[in-house]
Amino acid sequence: MKKFSLLSTRAGAVFVAPAAALVGVFVIIPFFWVIVVSFTNKTLLGRTAIDPDFVGLQNYFTLFNPATFFARGQFGFSLILTVQFVLFSALIGQALLGLILAWLSQSVSPTLKNFLQTAVIAAWILPEVVIGFAWFAFLDYDNGTLNMIMRGLGLPPADLLLQQPFWVIVVFNTWRGAAFSMMLFNSAFQSIPPSYFQAADVAGASSWQKLRDIALPLIRGHVVTDLILITMWTFNVFTPFLLTSGGPSYRTELLSIYTYRVAFKDFEFGRGAAVGVIIMLINLAFALVYLQIAKKKKAEAE
Amino acid sequence: MQISRSIYMRRAVFSVVASLIGVVFALPLVWFIFAPFNARAELGLAIPSPFTLSNFVTVFQNSFAMHALLNSLIQAFGGVILVGGAATLAAYALSRSSIPGKGAVTYILLLFSSVVSGSAAMVPIFLIISAIGLIDTHLAVILVFAGGLLPTAMFILRDFIDAIPRSYEESAMVAGASPIQAFFDVALPVIRPGIVVVVVWAFVNIWGSFLIPFILLRKDTLMPASVAIYSFYSEAGTPIVTLLAAYSLIYSLPVIVLYLFVNWKFGFRFFGGIKS
Repeated sequence: MKKFSLLSTRAGAVFVAPAAALVGVFVIIPFFWVIVVSFTNKTLLGRTAIDPDFVGLQNYFTLFNPATFFARGQFGFSLILTVQFVLFSALIGQALLGLILAWLSQSVSPTLKNFLQTAVIAAWILPEVVIGFAWFAFLDYDNGTLNMIMRGLGLPPADLLLQQPFWVIVVFNTWRGAAFSMMLFNSAFQSIPPSYFQAADVAGASSWQKLRDIALPLIRGHVVTDLILITMWTFNVFTPFLLTSGGPSYRTELLSIYTYRVAFKDFEFGRGAAVGVIIMLINLAFALVYLQIAKKKKAEAE
Repeated sequence: MQISRSIYMRRAVFSVVASLIGVVFALPLVWFIFAPFNARAELGLAIPSPFTLSNFVTVFQNSFAMHALLNSLIQAFGGVILVGGAATLAAYALSRSSIPGKGAVTYILLLFSSVVSGSAAMVPIFLIISAIGLIDTHLAVILVFAGGLLPTAMFILRDFIDAIPRSYEESAMVAGASPIQAFFDVALPVIRPGIVVVVVWAFVNIWGSFLIPFILLRKDTLMPASVAIYSFYSEAGTPIVTLLAAYSLIYSLPVIVLYLFVNWKFGFRFFGGIKS
């Protein structure tokens, strides 16, 4: 017997139409439009705003110009900075910290677990401008909480936003995003039958041995999922702008902030679009890998 | 006993480490607990003496600040209605009808939505909104968010609807209901928890976001709170701390309330594109 569908194809199409229109106009068309614009010298103002010229690969040549590629405030500098940012704040910071947090949560009292998770999740859910301002106050040289603690401990205070801006945004983003990895690993650990750990306890295994030999091999899939997702998000994150505006002197200008400056401060849409295309290509690579893994997992589950 | 003692030791060490990490995580936010209630708040941490609500009174009297909160509400509600409505309809159709290429549609949507992110899309989104002539309107922000959030919302809801037995609607239709009636009267009430999750998720996303309204809006009268908050700086560029602290707290309140609500109602988990 043919499985009869609850909704006719025509009714189905009507149901899908509003979503399709919205996604089409504001997600799919922009994807192709940005590629077109990246081959022009479009600006926000002036003659080229209305009637831009086709300039071929000019914008890409400018971005990859070897003479300026690595200079501060140039594309290459931002790209390398962003790769380092992803490496330190997402792959090492968020993932590792999230793993530690989830593992710790397994074996502490419920009260402590609640306190820990609330603090971590608060950092994640509060609006980004509020978080940006909280950190601005926290790091203030004269009065900030951090330097107050430093002085209390007899250590010299530091103007970290000026002295170590890159490491500030790395720690900031680790702090901001660790909650996601923590929650993902929480649920991963909960999917492991408790009897595995009980058996290891009887054999006298240490916590580290249990993590390394039982938990990690079992949650390998979750780890890969986590790493890909946080890489994609961190690669595109704009929030550090709210703390440093990309400064001082471009030292925290991630690709997202670079795009913003080129397009909306220097008004060079063509070049901004070219940067956007490169970001999208990198995103595409990660997304394809992620969807491939997700598909495989789903097939295994069925 | 040897074993139980070492387990006890381990627990103790773990508890100390966990408390330390918790405190370090809370530190940057501790300031926010006190400063809004301190009439002389500065960037330093200080227990207010006395505790006062005067900062909040100042905020409530600031019509620009209050109007910005209203703008945030308009944009968030507008976006949420579009996302909730369109995602529910589309997810239902993808789950229950026999439109050809359903799998491909879902795949392409997810792919595009993760590739066309805020930082890559800010130029084309600005251009498309200018081309339609919507720059400097609430509608621009609402539509852009709706488009951006819809793929994930549809994905979450589709999973949710797939898990509901088709026999619910089938028995309604055997009893003479039309497919449309089966959707509105039978399926919709069952899907409601899923819609609530999607709506809360979309609301928090729009409410907290900065970049999209920042590039699409120029007029002060349309600014949502996330952008307007930057007007609480003196001419010299130093923040007016008392105002900022109180305003930040008010602005964060809906997010905190929604988090508590979801936590209480469903237990806080995450769904959808982020599902493992």
